[in-house]
Amino acid sequence: MYLTKEEEKTLNGENGPVLERMFRLLVRLGDIYGADKMIPVGSVQVAGVSYKSVGDPGTEFLEDMASKDAKVKVLTYLNPAGMDLENWKELGFPKDFAKNQLRIMDAFKKMGIVVTSTCTPYLAGNLPRFREHIAWSESSAVSFSNSVIGARTNREGGPSALAAALCGVTPNYGLHLWEKRQPTIHVKVDAELDFNSDFGALGYYIGKQVKNKIPYFSGIKYANTDQLKALGAAMAASGAVALYHVEDLTPEADLVEKKGLEKISVGKKEIKETYNKLNTGKKPDIVIFGCPHASLREISALANKLDGKKLKKPVWICTSRMVKEAAERMGYNEIITKAGGSIVADTCMVVSPIEKMGYKTTGVNSGKAANYLPGFCKQEVCFANIDDLVEAQL
Amino acid sequence: MKGRIISPGKAQGEAIVTTEPIGFYGGIDAKTGIVIEKGHPLEGKKVTNKILVFPCGKGSTVGSYVIYGLKKNNVAPAGIINKETETIVATGVILAGIPCIDQIDIDRIKDGDKITLDAEKGEVKID
Repeated sequence: MYLTKEEEKTLNGENGPVLERMFRLLVRLGDIYGADKMIPVGSVQVAGVSYKSVGDPGTEFLEDMASKDAKVKVLTYLNPAGMDLENWKELGFPKDFAKNQLRIMDAFKKMGIVVTSTCTPYLAGNLPRFREHIAWSESSAVSFSNSVIGARTNREGGPSALAAALCGVTPNYGLHLWEKRQPTIHVKVDAELDFNSDFGALGYYIGKQVKNKIPYFSGIKYANTDQLKALGAAMAASGAVALYHVEDLTPEADLVEKKGLEKISVGKKEIKETYNKLNTGKKPDIVIFGCPHASLREISALANKLDGKKLKKPVWICTSRMVKEAAERMGYNEIITKAGGSIVADTCMVVSPIEKMGYKTTGVNSGKAANYLPGFCKQEVCFANIDDLVEAQL
Repeated sequence: MKGRIISPGKAQGEAIVTTEPIGFYGGIDAKTGIVIEKGHPLEGKKVTNKILVFPCGKGSTVGSYVIYGLKKNNVAPAGIINKETETIVATGVILAGIPCIDQIDIDRIKDGDKITLDAEKGEVKID
């Protein structure tokens, strides 16, 4: 790989041990994947933020970097933390967990990272442009920025994204290259998709089928950004899909080569079977929306459904701090809280310790959450649309 | 068999093989090294000190930290062999220093095979 003189210096440790170690990781990845050079990144999004996911080894790793005065070179956002960073006590998050989580946040802040924790940075002030090179790691945000925005990023691991933030560059390979963004399988959809959960079910099914391929969808007549967010998130969780194209809906769909692709079909039957498969529980103890983090439109929809109602069991909707602020101004927070629900910011059900908070069965409308909750939170899952889930808690 | 070096080093051990991708985050417990993903063919099995053989990674990008955590907690596999290693697993094994090779025809490796993994030369031997 070609390195500039300055990059050679960094690799030789002339810019300090932290940059040397992090740049070495990028060079190694570049060598493995055949990168010709490093390219500057416009922004970074770092995963591996919750204490639950990084544990003590990760926490010590981050504190070590921060103590050596590591500083990021570009706009860098964080993935969700393991708790609401302001209301953790009221929501019942364990104290020892909170202590460790706050240590992690301090380390990130010291490095100059914006400590807004969200899996939807593009809804909270970190919005790349079409064809901009970025290094993001949250799998659903990678999928969204590649597919819906047309920015270019590989699926970075938490540490490789951090390395890109500190060095300001990423190796030029994979999805940074136009020829690697071409679809590798054609998915024909023949089903009415109404609820966001329908898109989650479709994504879960296709992710399982195509694993790490690049799907080109036809037959999806309409989808708003919330629904594309749900589709991409589920495919990235059940498979490793980092980029997809949708005929007439996503920016690169008209530009890519579609000839001669392997074809698969998905219809009502497969979607219905996926709903059945994801339903492992009977009645939810708690219902959690906002995986990935809810948009203002999704919060407003929930507020409409809860207006004047009284919940028997808890309902959370997870979102970024920025969107929660807007929801408060619009009075949605008050409506949801009055009904007995909560808008939870900075975190989500997958990375928070809900299994230690007394919950055994969680209701979700997200294919991604349904994929992770059984393994990581030891939850039984009720996978359904928003109407049925709200109904179950009244 | 010859492959591509992802993370250098040498390892020996018993193969634990799956044809399903592995998502380390939510898939393997970093404290115990036990596979926890519901319905995964390896569910309930321990990867510690084994040569872990799987086609490719999947799922959350936090997986790199789980691999690093497995190593720090002394429950990591001795080595990893993939058909295609993607960035999440690559970052994890490089940071953790776990020998790893990919571009290997993993169908030729059976559960319980004694494996010598030389990720200095990029070689996999079934003893």
